[in-house]
Amino acid sequence: MVTGAGRDLSRFDPMAPLLDVQNLHVSYTARTGQCSTALANVSFALQPGETLGVLGESGSGKSTLAAALLRLLPGNGRIERGAVHFEGQDLLRAAPRELEKTRGDRLALIFQEPSLALHPAIRVAEQIGDVIAAHKSLGRRAVREQARQILAAVFSTETDRIANSYPHQLSGGQRARVLIAQAISCEPSLIVADEPTASLDPETQQEILSLFWDLRQKFNLSMIWITHNPLLLEGFADRVLVLYAGRVVETGPASNVLSSPRHPYTQALLRCLPPRIEDSFANHKEYLPVIPGETLGSLAASEGCHCLFEPRCVERMAICAEREPEMVQLSSTHGASCFKHVDEWT
Amino acid sequence: MREVLALAGVTFSIFSRTTLAVVGPSGSGKSTLASCLACLEPVSSGKIWFAQTEVTAMDAGQQCAIRPSIQMVFQDPASSLNPRMSALELVSEPLKIQDRFDKRERSDRAYDLLERVGLPREKAAQRPDEFSGGQRQRIAIARALVLEPKLVILDEALSALDCSVQAQVANLLMDLQASLGLTYLFITHDLAMAAHLADEIAVMERGRIVETGAARSVVDSPQHAVTRRLLLAAPGVRNSALEPQAV
Repeated sequence: MVTGAGRDLSRFDPMAPLLDVQNLHVSYTARTGQCSTALANVSFALQPGETLGVLGESGSGKSTLAAALLRLLPGNGRIERGAVHFEGQDLLRAAPRELEKTRGDRLALIFQEPSLALHPAIRVAEQIGDVIAAHKSLGRRAVREQARQILAAVFSTETDRIANSYPHQLSGGQRARVLIAQAISCEPSLIVADEPTASLDPETQQEILSLFWDLRQKFNLSMIWITHNPLLLEGFADRVLVLYAGRVVETGPASNVLSSPRHPYTQALLRCLPPRIEDSFANHKEYLPVIPGETLGSLAASEGCHCLFEPRCVERMAICAEREPEMVQLSSTHGASCFKHVDEWT
Repeated sequence: MREVLALAGVTFSIFSRTTLAVVGPSGSGKSTLASCLACLEPVSSGKIWFAQTEVTAMDAGQQCAIRPSIQMVFQDPASSLNPRMSALELVSEPLKIQDRFDKRERSDRAYDLLERVGLPREKAAQRPDEFSGGQRQRIAIARALVLEPKLVILDEALSALDCSVQAQVANLLMDLQASLGLTYLFITHDLAMAAHLADEIAVMERGRIVETGAARSVVDSPQHAVTRRLLLAAPGVRNSALEPQAV
């Protein structure tokens, strides 16, 4: 088997983005038959080697986005329209067998919960070998050797012990590393990571972040890093995409979005964080700023009739309740979907 | 069977109506400590005093009697709340188990608490899966408070929540502490939140308390390597916090 078989590489323009997502719409059908929009009009492009941080709270559609890109939505989820092009391949139209070749090989996904994403009764080295064997025609020996090499890339010590361990014998941080090893085992060009550090303590979190940082340089990896914690994106992501109720509300270079956000939601979200430790005693035990109200969740959101953040927005205007804002380009790289910036457009 | 020492020589006290934050890496014994205080885990040696009585000297029956005054809120409300019970049933159940009041009084008290934690009366009949993560944690807090405890152990109670929801629940906890005179043991690995909410901070590692003191002095002039490491790992912290302090 030749890597890249089945894909028309001759049509792949080296200047084109690695991943190009256009107008992605995803909906879920509830058991009651009710259909709801989980993602609407999501567009973005990713250049080779670039890391995109997807920032969103529960129900914003960030995990739906990860699943939709790889066409791994649950049975009641449907991609209504849109296009996803990855390395010149149209992922939404690819035949299932073509898609299987791409997933795990060129495009890898790291799931949220390391303890659930690993098979509990198979040794670690074997689980990594399975991924390699699925994509490469190698003998058993060679697969085992390659699995070991990959493990050595993420564990500097104890590689052998870990290779022969079952997942329950490992700590949370070690399991996260195994998932990373699995993801890089076929040297993908893009990794989609859905809250890969959510269940880890801060020290382990930092270790995993710096591991990703190293791997990025080493393999020229592109990454989509999905998280609810803006602090994890600081100094890590090149660009940030902020989701609210299934809509992209703001996108731009990470340093701009995180330090001078332009959408009222991003601004409110960043204000909610506990004060930086060195400042925390100025307002010790005082109320933290909050965003009033509850997230609707994208599931309750209907399309097009108003800005979905309007009910919670401190800067709402009459127009916000009348129709949904479009993305306003604030600079060549920074955009926000908010009527208050419409004048800046022209 | 091999015995493992989960806690070794841990000594501390919490004063009434204050908050002690216990921070430390995973596996440092924070949750074991919580279980011991809540009489859920027997101690091999050492003494625990609660409100002038020695808990460790009590028999099982006596411990049962003081348990209502020590309540816990866990990290993940999705798994700590029975999915088949309504919010109202969940909050009134502790009263039922303790056989306090008649049914009507129990419901009244549960309604009151649900309102107090910010859940409207008309949602009381809904089950946990119909609530958001933040609302579920509010239910768990109401359930912990219905027995009018003195000490509430918050075991990573904010960790599973989104940032904006974390702030809402943290504000609620401060409100309740002031109005009900609660004492909190706040277990967390979020040092920024610990610094904001706590009067005192204890830092644990491998079953020992390696540093303890007023929250401010622990953060401003960390003495132990573990504390420094935790400060360094806290996301978004500028390293200036770790530079040697001018004396």
